[in-house]
Amino acid sequence: MTATSERYVIEARDVELSFGETPALRGASLSVVAGEILAIMGPSGSGKSTLLHCLAGILVPIAGEIHFDGRRVDTMSETQRSALRRDRFGFVFQFGQLVPELTAEENVALSLLLAGIRRDRALKEARPWFARMGLDGLERRRSGELSGGQAQRVALARGLVARPEILFADEPTGSLDSFTGEQVMDLLVASAREQGTTVIIVTHEPRVAACADREVIVRDGKATTLAADRVPS
Amino acid sequence: MSVPLTLLGLLEREPSHGYDLKRDYDTYFGRGRPLPFGQVYATLGRLARDGKVVIDEVAPGDGPERKRYVITEGGATEVDTWLTEPVPAEPHLQTVLFSKVVLALMLDRPAAEYLDAQRAAHLQRMRELTEIRRSGDLVDAILADHGLFHLEADLRWIDMTSARLGALAAEVRS
Repeated sequence: MTATSERYVIEARDVELSFGETPALRGASLSVVAGEILAIMGPSGSGKSTLLHCLAGILVPIAGEIHFDGRRVDTMSETQRSALRRDRFGFVFQFGQLVPELTAEENVALSLLLAGIRRDRALKEARPWFARMGLDGLERRRSGELSGGQAQRVALARGLVARPEILFADEPTGSLDSFTGEQVMDLLVASAREQGTTVIIVTHEPRVAACADREVIVRDGKATTLAADRVPS
Repeated sequence: MSVPLTLLGLLEREPSHGYDLKRDYDTYFGRGRPLPFGQVYATLGRLARDGKVVIDEVAPGDGPERKRYVITEGGATEVDTWLTEPVPAEPHLQTVLFSKVVLALMLDRPAAEYLDAQRAAHLQRMRELTEIRRSGDLVDAILADHGLFHLEADLRWIDMTSARLGALAAEVRS
């Protein structure tokens, strides 16, 4: 790891990726310091979700490097990246993506269960999140019995319950109305700050970006940090 | 919006007579509200008094004399400062931003950079209002929301305009 990168918990350097003949990322770079909440914005098709997926080790770039905690993510095997995602990262997507067969508390506990934690202990750790997210009494409901806002709060709890070092959120309020989306974002920011979790959010909504400490804009597969919006020291 | 700065910007493009300035102003910036001749000449008079423009040619016409105005170095500096500095992020700025973008494209200045600077200023103000919304009482939160929604509208306009700068440049430079 270079001296300049030591302050960053995760970093993309000149990342390139194409889908078939279509280039999605053309030398995108960004750096995130620990505990920071970063918004990635940009027009549709600009590559912002692709960049998030590369940072999270879901996609592997064809050129460039991804560094997390001093390790190269892009050169890891699928098994290593899978372990990284499971043990150190959390995820929230636009449409909750709850497992419909499981209850809300089982969904929250899922990331702990996948990490090998025993069921009773995983459920015990999941339950306090229901009060924290304003979901008291909904623990036994299945996803079909939850409103969009409730389901997204369950998904957020699932993303944070294992105390990940980084939470990756892809349009976490994209399917919600303004008021509900605001509640979800307030909970996300408060919980992440409390746990010291670094958050990287892809969003097209300025009000969501305004909850972040800083934003980068992805245009034509390249990331730009605005002049007035520098990396905090 | 600032009529003096817009006229100065038009003069940076090329020296002009008052009549031509009014015509260009009405075409690009008037949007159904033409600039009265009296205001054009009064503004040019003040700009000349303040050393922002000089008259380089006076030609007799059918009516009053036709004066050709040229921007001075001081005037050009003022245009540059105005274009470069983001406008304080308050709601309802579209007309000022619109004038800046069109003039920047006419003058072959980096309009995309100006829009990015404005975007950063808007988001910074939105962060401040978001903090007020979170930490203040309900009255503060409702007031902050009003500002947030309007700034968000500006930002959407900035995004749309950024995406169409190439086409807009072709139109205003033609």
